[in-house]
Amino acid sequence: MADADVKALTSGLELPDFETTTFNTPRPLAEATAAIVSSASLHHPDQDDFAPTDTGYRVLEAGRRDYMCGHWSPNFDATGIALDINTVFPIDRLDELAAEGTIGKVSDIHMSYAGNQFDLSAVRMDSGPAGAKLLRDHEVDVVLFTPV
Amino acid sequence: MSTLAHVFEAGGIATVTLGSIGAHIQGSAPPRGLWCDFPLGRPLGKPNDAEFQHRVLTHAFSLLSSPEPIVEKFAESIADDGSETMACTLPPRHDPNLPVAVDEANGLRPAYDRAVAKLGNRVGAGRTVSADDIPAAVQAFVDIAEGTPWKQAGVPGIPARVAQDIRGYYETAALALAEHAPSAWAGTRWFFESTEAGRTIVAARKAMADSGEKHGIWFYITPGDR
Repeated sequence: MADADVKALTSGLELPDFETTTFNTPRPLAEATAAIVSSASLHHPDQDDFAPTDTGYRVLEAGRRDYMCGHWSPNFDATGIALDINTVFPIDRLDELAAEGTIGKVSDIHMSYAGNQFDLSAVRMDSGPAGAKLLRDHEVDVVLFTPV
Repeated sequence: MSTLAHVFEAGGIATVTLGSIGAHIQGSAPPRGLWCDFPLGRPLGKPNDAEFQHRVLTHAFSLLSSPEPIVEKFAESIADDGSETMACTLPPRHDPNLPVAVDEANGLRPAYDRAVAKLGNRVGAGRTVSADDIPAAVQAFVDIAEGTPWKQAGVPGIPARVAQDIRGYYETAALALAEHAPSAWAGTRWFFESTEAGRTIVAARKAMADSGEKHGIWFYITPGDR
């Protein structure tokens, strides 16, 4: 088995189609508050794990590092995450960018969804907009989306 | 990820999306996307390599200055040719009265505990099966491989999730045994090809498929290309 073999399994996957692409012009990054949203089903140990068709999200606290990967798919390498959370959730890198002034501020909260969803309607119509509103309410200007 | 990027952008937030599969990120066209041709599970590329991760982020955040939607490819790729496997010394046989795979799972517990103490538990046991119950879970797959219908084998949860916890337990233990950062998929190949538990799970999966169980019950027990 090789990575290309696993990626090839997704070749027939139907991709979401967006008729238009909303495009915001952010404030300069050096003045912006940035957050990470991961699809790796990350959660803290005291939060509920993700069920197989869980379209919700978990709020991740920036001050903690006890992130667990609850992703159901067997089709990714997990040792990178085990060794270094920044491989999938670069929270330490964002802190460094903020310390040097490249980013204005790192958000106090981040988020994770479960990326292995076949039906995206609930994400598009419910949990996605709710997650965006939550981060907007926390004055987040820029989101970095990371897959697994 | 690209779906969420479209939704968040519509919610008023500027987004940058990393993608590991070129066809996906190009086809779903997020407002700003960076195709990072890295193995699945490693979207920032290299664990414990802050300099490399910063190069990825520098490119990703540079897309925020684009005046229109944009998808670019990161300049460096990380290839996996399927050949590298972790080299870990497995514990010697201890209890001849136990199936080899169960004995092996018991023997790996000290290494697992060392790895968790050092790294934390991010992908190991505990999602469905605790570390204490991993040997019993392995026993269930031994029974399935030997012909017991899976519903009678005492699998302590959805088979794919239980198998994932067993694999996580082994791959976490392997990080303590090898004491080096393996390349992507090297731990997975080691588990399925070099350990008794991995081979047992592959055999149990085949037994479930051969007995006519539903595709969704057995297919996700291992990576899909197996």
